[in-house]
Amino acid sequence: MSTLTVDRVSKLYRAASRGGGLTPALRKVSFELKQGEVISLIGESGSGKTTIGKVILRLVRPTSGTVTFDGKDIGKYSQRGLREYYRHVQGVFQDPFSSYNPIYRADRVFELLRDVYFARLPDREWNDKIEAALHAVTLNPGDVLGKYPHQLSGGQQQRLLIARALLLDVKVLIADEIISMLDASTRVDVLNLLVKLKRQGLAILFVTHDLSLGNYVSDRTIILRHGAIVEMGATEKVFGNPQHDYTRMLLSAVPELHKKWQHTPLGPVAVAGNGSAAAGTIEGIPNAAVAPPLAHASMLDELSHAGQVVKRDLRSLAGGTRRAGPGSPVAVALEPPALTEFEPGHLVAEPE
Amino acid sequence: MSVSVENLSVAYRSHRGDVTAVDNVSFTIADGEIMGLAGESGSGKSTLGNALIYLDPRMKQTGGKVTLDGRELPISDSKAMRHLRMTSVSLVPQYAMSALPPTRRISKITSDLLKSHGVRDRGGVLAEMKRRIALIGLKEDVLGKYSFELSGGMRQRVTIILSTLLNPSLLIADEVTSALDVSTQRAVGEMLLEFRDRGFVKSAITITHDLSILAQIADTITIMYAGRLAEKASTDTIVNSPLHPYTQALIASLPEVGVRHDQTTLTGIPGRPPSLVSPPAGCRFRDRCPFAFAKCAQTPPFEEIKPGHYAACWKVSEETK
Repeated sequence: MSTLTVDRVSKLYRAASRGGGLTPALRKVSFELKQGEVISLIGESGSGKTTIGKVILRLVRPTSGTVTFDGKDIGKYSQRGLREYYRHVQGVFQDPFSSYNPIYRADRVFELLRDVYFARLPDREWNDKIEAALHAVTLNPGDVLGKYPHQLSGGQQQRLLIARALLLDVKVLIADEIISMLDASTRVDVLNLLVKLKRQGLAILFVTHDLSLGNYVSDRTIILRHGAIVEMGATEKVFGNPQHDYTRMLLSAVPELHKKWQHTPLGPVAVAGNGSAAAGTIEGIPNAAVAPPLAHASMLDELSHAGQVVKRDLRSLAGGTRRAGPGSPVAVALEPPALTEFEPGHLVAEPE
Repeated sequence: MSVSVENLSVAYRSHRGDVTAVDNVSFTIADGEIMGLAGESGSGKSTLGNALIYLDPRMKQTGGKVTLDGRELPISDSKAMRHLRMTSVSLVPQYAMSALPPTRRISKITSDLLKSHGVRDRGGVLAEMKRRIALIGLKEDVLGKYSFELSGGMRQRVTIILSTLLNPSLLIADEVTSALDVSTQRAVGEMLLEFRDRGFVKSAITITHDLSILAQIADTITIMYAGRLAEKASTDTIVNSPLHPYTQALIASLPEVGVRHDQTTLTGIPGRPPSLVSPPAGCRFRDRCPFAFAKCAQTPPFEEIKPGHYAACWKVSEETK
């Protein structure tokens, strides 16, 4: 029974340009990913969702906090230990086209893996292994082996990368937006594949900005905003009975096939006659006739404005230093809103 | 009838001969209609949209004609089109996020644009632009900013304001919501609706692969497959009672909020669209279609099945006879 624990992980990024401002990408994020569980990590751009995946894959070192896998701190692994870690924890990313080198055949990703992990395995056993992995991701070996990346569809490419992870003794899969670049008709096949792998005991962190996809595959859901968890719990609870205003706002914005947005037109505002503007004569616009802005749009700009303020404050408070000792202004700025338990297992953050 | 496209074919020149990406396509768009154009990657939806405004040198019109407000649109004559772009037909390009030059402030981009289109009363248009910026809830100071200082959603909305500034008859919006977060998607979608309602654009074609966005903003939806039209009908009809097997499969493959894997298992469409270099004869969806029968070896006509509901499928035509 392997468990991945993310414990109060924070990450401050320093901008390379424009005064070296600090951006709190993660603010004390804690959660646990158990065997056979799918967690969707949902957030908008800049929420820190990809950073969490990178921290778990040790591609990014956290500013503070730890990730432990089977009780061991992954930050303390030696080179060899890290290789063993990657035997169990693997990632698949958004853009399949950039994961392959277009000059080589697509199955080279398998060969690279073999050099590191299965150098002494006889060819026949290796081929059997590949066949089993391809079978697991419902690919026909004849369709994909020996082909160049451009000869494969996006769905085939993504499944090939999942198969690569399955060649190893993978226990945790970080799936970062793996289907957002796929067509709707093949998306669902990859989702169903994740469900199948989960039933076989794989733990999956499904990172996405798409609420309906997250809802479809996951057991638990984490909603992230500005690097902090705002709501976390069983998927049906978070989606069925959202408690945080931000979660509600996200849910109300999801385009659904059978339910229209509640769009209220802005009301009458004097507009120059249609077509006349083309001639360059927009006359008689009353100065006071500025309509109330779209409620949604203004809410958004407030949000991004808040983000800017956090950044600026951090910069001035920290005076450009990276140190984040206890009680320092940065440590204060990294403090996430407190989580309270709304019902067992369903955590909701205080409003910020 | 604001826009009418008749038997339009557009091909790309390639070493292996012409590749027909838009094949004999006909449809009309009424005044005030937002037509959603959906299809998988490679279906020709962006080519169709681009052909109505700018045929780049790789592309050529191989047949058909386009009429806008009663006059023929000279789509293969780039010089003649120059005068119609932005004033009659306008485009919000795919990757509009990167459509704004990074070395100019938004106000400078705007005045350059107006100058190059020969607009004399630039002050008046700029005042209108400010009003529209306020309308969608942005602050006026975006005009003094560089594009990289704006968030993705703000850039997208500024691009739409620029494209519609001269109140074009037809707006072609190519994947305008695809790279955005859900809440920004909604803001952009509502902005398109609002602009249509206010007559900033007379009619629009919204191109996307995301049917659920179209369900929100489009009046009619046209489904494209492998260069041809598969089905066109009102949004309600496409979403609730589509006739073409491809549309049906596409709708069935979409997860919605509230649908979970342990209750409903959704299914994708097996296979992939045929290559357009040498497309198969007959119905192009035949190989992936669960209902294909002998007649599908011939090309089905895109015909009106019920008033306002068009489809290209032999099964549908036979069942409704």
